[in-house]
Amino acid sequence: MSRRILGPFNRVEGDLNITLDFADGKVSAARVTAPLFRGFERILLGREALDALAIVPRICGICSVSQSVAAAHALSSLYGINPPPNGQRVLNLIHAVENIADHLSHFYLFFMPDFARADYQQQPWHAATLARFQAQRGSAIAPMLEARALLMRFMGSLAGHWPHTLCLQPGGVTKVVSAAERVRLQQWLRSFRRYLEQHTFGQPLEAIAALDSQAALEHYQQQNPDADFACFLHIADSLQLHTLGRSYDRFIAAAAYASAEGSWSPAGVWHGGHSQPLVLDAISEDSHSSWLAGDGPAAPLHNDTVPLPDKAEGYSWSKAPRLAGAAAETGALARGLLRGENLLCDMVARDGGNVLSRVVARLSEVARIVPLMEQWLAGLQLEQPFQHPCPATPVQQQAIGLTEAARGMLGHWVTLDAGRISRYQIIAPTTWNFSPRDSQGLPGPLEKALEGVTASDPQALQVQHIVRSFDPCQVCTTH
Amino acid sequence: MAWKNKRLLWLQSGGCGGCTLSLLNTEAPSLFTTLADIGIELIWHPSFAEQSLDEAMQLLQRLADGSEPLDMLCLEGAVMTGAAGRFHLLPDGQSMSTLIEQLARRAGQVIAVGTCAAYGGISAAGDNLTGATGLNHSGNHPGGLLGADFHAAGGLPVVNISGCPTHPGWVLETLALLASDSLQAADLDPLGRPRFYADKLVHHGCDKNEFYEFKASATAPGQMGCLMEHVGCKGTQAHADCNSRGWNGEGSCLTGGYPCINCTAPDFADPGHGFFSTPQVAGFPVGLPTDMPKAWFVALSTLSKSATPARVRQNAVQDRIIVPPSLPKKNKA
Repeated sequence: MSRRILGPFNRVEGDLNITLDFADGKVSAARVTAPLFRGFERILLGREALDALAIVPRICGICSVSQSVAAAHALSSLYGINPPPNGQRVLNLIHAVENIADHLSHFYLFFMPDFARADYQQQPWHAATLARFQAQRGSAIAPMLEARALLMRFMGSLAGHWPHTLCLQPGGVTKVVSAAERVRLQQWLRSFRRYLEQHTFGQPLEAIAALDSQAALEHYQQQNPDADFACFLHIADSLQLHTLGRSYDRFIAAAAYASAEGSWSPAGVWHGGHSQPLVLDAISEDSHSSWLAGDGPAAPLHNDTVPLPDKAEGYSWSKAPRLAGAAAETGALARGLLRGENLLCDMVARDGGNVLSRVVARLSEVARIVPLMEQWLAGLQLEQPFQHPCPATPVQQQAIGLTEAARGMLGHWVTLDAGRISRYQIIAPTTWNFSPRDSQGLPGPLEKALEGVTASDPQALQVQHIVRSFDPCQVCTTH
Repeated sequence: MAWKNKRLLWLQSGGCGGCTLSLLNTEAPSLFTTLADIGIELIWHPSFAEQSLDEAMQLLQRLADGSEPLDMLCLEGAVMTGAAGRFHLLPDGQSMSTLIEQLARRAGQVIAVGTCAAYGGISAAGDNLTGATGLNHSGNHPGGLLGADFHAAGGLPVVNISGCPTHPGWVLETLALLASDSLQAADLDPLGRPRFYADKLVHHGCDKNEFYEFKASATAPGQMGCLMEHVGCKGTQAHADCNSRGWNGEGSCLTGGYPCINCTAPDFADPGHGFFSTPQVAGFPVGLPTDMPKAWFVALSTLSKSATPARVRQNAVQDRIIVPPSLPKKNKA
């Protein structure tokens, strides 16, 4: 057996190293290391409750709004108020822009460039992939960045800027939308839709959302060979990406995109082909393999974050969140399964969660959310309020704020003492996905997904495809 | 103008990656096209580079030992110096702070991107048990990782593009000036910030200027009035051109309806009061414009408050215009 420490993993958000035990051409064990610790849970302590809105977005430059949404949800409970419908719609719009931008950044900037690498130059698709998806230089990159920047104009208009807005408040949003502004927002969204339909999908978004089986997906791929999504599907066929990166097939999600009619995507746990309710009390954090004080499972509402850089068992700054003692995977695929999307349920029933199904879940979500954004924009009642005033003092001392970031379930567990933050624990999506082993020795989802992978070399691209298929955000992971 | 291709290495340490993500918002042309246009070759960036793992590590080592030249080093995020560097380790067990220092002493120009890399920023807030610091400053004090007398091989001290996040224009215009050797020490303010944006105040061009003039104040974020008196806004003290160049097209904190928190300042993350409230003494804000005599401010604001038009006073506490400006008599119905 040989042991290799791989890193720095780039084209992921934040810092990541992975230790692989390699025997007989196979990965026998993987240990995932989050090597950077900043300590936001401590930076928040002692501050006024509302100050969380200025601190938490700065946990992460790529999931900044998601962090704000989780804090705003917790503060809504603490202050006993809820946003009016306009406030909720604008929050959804801002959050959707971030999530869509993240999905596109992942696909075009982080994930696809690996297929343009010289390792694949014998493949019949390599020359075209090199031309289109080569890191920084591929012909797909500049048009995507232009479309992304145009979509980001939503942030300038509705949120002041991105990242790190303060516009999301417990009672709604700080920006009202005028009729003229809505016209501009609709223009930008139409342009962005045109980009997606022309370059990413080659089809109307509704046609992508209507793909309801693996057979339908294969048909789409054959009919639209030049679309970027189809290029990926073609490569995935060729490299059998559906056989790579299967983990526990236990998926977890919070509710996403709330409205008066309920959430677009429900909270829940998906396992063995069925969905179950999400029981928050079953969530624990285990610090056994973390360079942090603590060992066995601890409830996030009562846990602390105390660094111990010399802890002998430690190999990551990340904690290990568990659901009733089990590791769980979160992300766009989890959301899609819990919504009961036929295509994703079909794919997971055949091959579980894997490199292919994670990427398909992300892109098909983009196709579904843009039409939702159009509805939210049209649904704004411009003469109505966008925010309710926040009371002077909190009415509760403890609250949990949950949301879905692009990468999955994000939770903030907040306790106040005399109006100030006395405890603030955060479990981010990649804390779930890239957790280290817990006190029972149970590997985290990526660690599990890497076990048994056959590769010519520990640095082989198969390993990298699996890692990047989760779209990790390491700055959120340890925060 | 000497214009030659410069080799730029971008590293991240104790930060959120938001300055990179903000950089991606640059419009017309997009990021990689702009870098090529201004004569910069991005030799490695953790989010964008093709090379990963061993290839990346080997490249970093060649740059650190000088066997490959390095014209420009950008660091995003604070340097984590606590616990002998254990808060940020490279895969080989070396601390990131050691590598950053080696590279900074090789590079022709060293650029701190964002308030964390410049001064420690939010990563150094609170009890700072991670020992987060800036490259050339620790908070307001010169020093940081590299020491107060540091000058890069090209002669400049660290260029501090502070901001949390940085505007893509601040970064790309600084890089363009550096790439063409057009940025001199005199172009930096005493905190090392490029004067082209740091000699302006967020107050300049603020949407709310009429409310400021008449001291017609909002009482909560989201109201139209000036946010300085009650809601924590530091736009009159904050060095940046946020309201004279738009963010994401047309935005700024103030157009978004919330206060400026002075994120280009070294210690913005520990203001000593709530971010959404203004400490006051005898009914006047503690944090006044830095170069205005306090007595004059008090006198002028008392006077202007007494002259506030009813329209401005009423609109100040609304989320939209309730009372429009009146028209000349000749245009009235």
